Amino acid sequence: MNEWRSLLRVEAKLLYREPISWLAAVALPSAILLIFGTVFPPQAPDPALGGLRFIDVFVPSLVVITVGTLGIQTLPIRLATYRERGFLRRLSTTPAHPLRVLVAQLVTYVVTAIIALALLILVARVAFGVPFPRDVVGYVTAFALGTSSLFTVGLVLAALAPTARIATSVAIPTFFVVMFLGGVYVPRAALPDALIRIGEFIPPGVQGLQDAWLGIAPQPLPLVAMAILTVVAGAFAVRTFRWE
Amino acid sequence: MNVIEVTDLQKRYGARRAVDGVTLTVREGEIFGIVGPNGAGKTTTVESIAGLRTPDHGRIRVLGLDPRADRQRLRTLVGVQLQESELPDRMTPREALDLFASFHAAPADPAELLGELGLADEQDTAYRNLSGGQKQRLSIALALVGRPRLAILDELSTGLDPQSRRETWRVVESIRDRGTTVLLVTHLMEEVERLADRVAVFREGRVIAVDTPAGIVARADPEQRVQFRPSSALDPQLLTGLPEVRSLQTFGETVVVMGRGDLLSAVTSVLARNGIVARDLRIEQASLDDAFIALTGRPTAQAQGTL
Repeated sequence: MNEWRSLLRVEAKLLYREPISWLAAVALPSAILLIFGTVFPPQAPDPALGGLRFIDVFVPSLVVITVGTLGIQTLPIRLATYRERGFLRRLSTTPAHPLRVLVAQLVTYVVTAIIALALLILVARVAFGVPFPRDVVGYVTAFALGTSSLFTVGLVLAALAPTARIATSVAIPTFFVVMFLGGVYVPRAALPDALIRIGEFIPPGVQGLQDAWLGIAPQPLPLVAMAILTVVAGAFAVRTFRWE
Repeated sequence: MNVIEVTDLQKRYGARRAVDGVTLTVREGEIFGIVGPNGAGKTTTVESIAGLRTPDHGRIRVLGLDPRADRQRLRTLVGVQLQESELPDRMTPREALDLFASFHAAPADPAELLGELGLADEQDTAYRNLSGGQKQRLSIALALVGRPRLAILDELSTGLDPQSRRETWRVVESIRDRGTTVLLVTHLMEEVERLADRVAVFREGRVIAVDTPAGIVARADPEQRVQFRPSSALDPQLLTGLPEVRSLQTFGETVVVMGRGDLLSAVTSVLARNGIVARDLRIEQASLDDAFIALTGRPTAQAQGTL
């Protein structure tokens, strides 16, 4: 117990000491929302968006920044660095299995993602009157599956990258793809239909997050895809991950 | 009681035999040194003892346990300081020690350990801002925080300046004084001479000698040099006839005698018998360094023949 507490405390402190990582994950989505909403004040409901304001459909995409930063960048780069510097190997000489470090990291990042999400929901509500996610069960399910599938992609990256440098150079473009398909750069409504369809199945499955927020039950197929991806990629990462 | 027993350990990487039949025994409470040139199989042997590698052949017992099968138990009994193992940049010594302490049921007090290792002032400094010596001492502290019965220290003073090296050595002596057995891998002869109770010399995956540092020097019997100014004329043949003497040269008044064995007493007793006083007498004692070169630099067959 004591051991888990120490591991979590250390991982949390280390994350906190890298402001770039946690600011990007926690503060950036809310900051973008504030800036965007201030520069382009929410317009009247748009019939093209099913009677919603643009900001209502944009907010769900901002979550992708959080889970993408933590899952695709921070997690694999941190793990690859630990391995490269022999820290995981060092841990394997102690009674603590290095797997525990991995779990402690995942827990730290998931908690961070939840804090970021709560902040975003609050800012959207207070500043721009965006309602809280309406389909709470659907949203929690979509968020849990989307986050876990994205994090397992990060683990696969960490497992396959032989060095921290390679992990970084693969993580960054992967992150951009996830962000693009998640509608962070260009509103998803402006993307071609094919990309929108693909985006539904790319972690974290932004369509499900968007639907649930608006009170529509998320499509089951993308959710199943996220679940399968989590299990398959997770098993692959566990099999291929090298501790040294 | 023997803390480590290794019998006929073998390990190959591809076609290369990294370890080729190593047998050694480490007794409780001693500092046991492992020396040898790079690639002699030192690290592979030690990592097999630590349970980090699976040998191809041979038997290892550490505190009576099998390093692979009883790995989990041994991890609580053995502290390991590895070569090239770094902590995360922003972790502080205090955090690292608290973390590693939390892995053990009855750890040493981290604050006390930091004090003993001279890291009290740096306990809140980020790892990346520590000096090489401080990092190394922290690494030793992490190996000791679980109060191990055996501490394995691999190349602990590599890259350290002489000052930090000496500090580190004092730490190792204090570990032994607490009753912890120490297995020390190094390529620094000075380190072994200063610290080790016994030494195993590795060469090409084998142990070619096990003895006290002084014993190794005596066995290797490297060439010595005695230099003096005789008080009166000296007939060189008085000395060149001695079995210990290999060569004799004179530089002005100074006589330089090279040879092996108990060269000094052989020379001085001849001088005494002839009523000659050796002025400005200087002896170049063979060091473990010389012995090491003598041992590892010779063709294998010959080296084994002399041992």
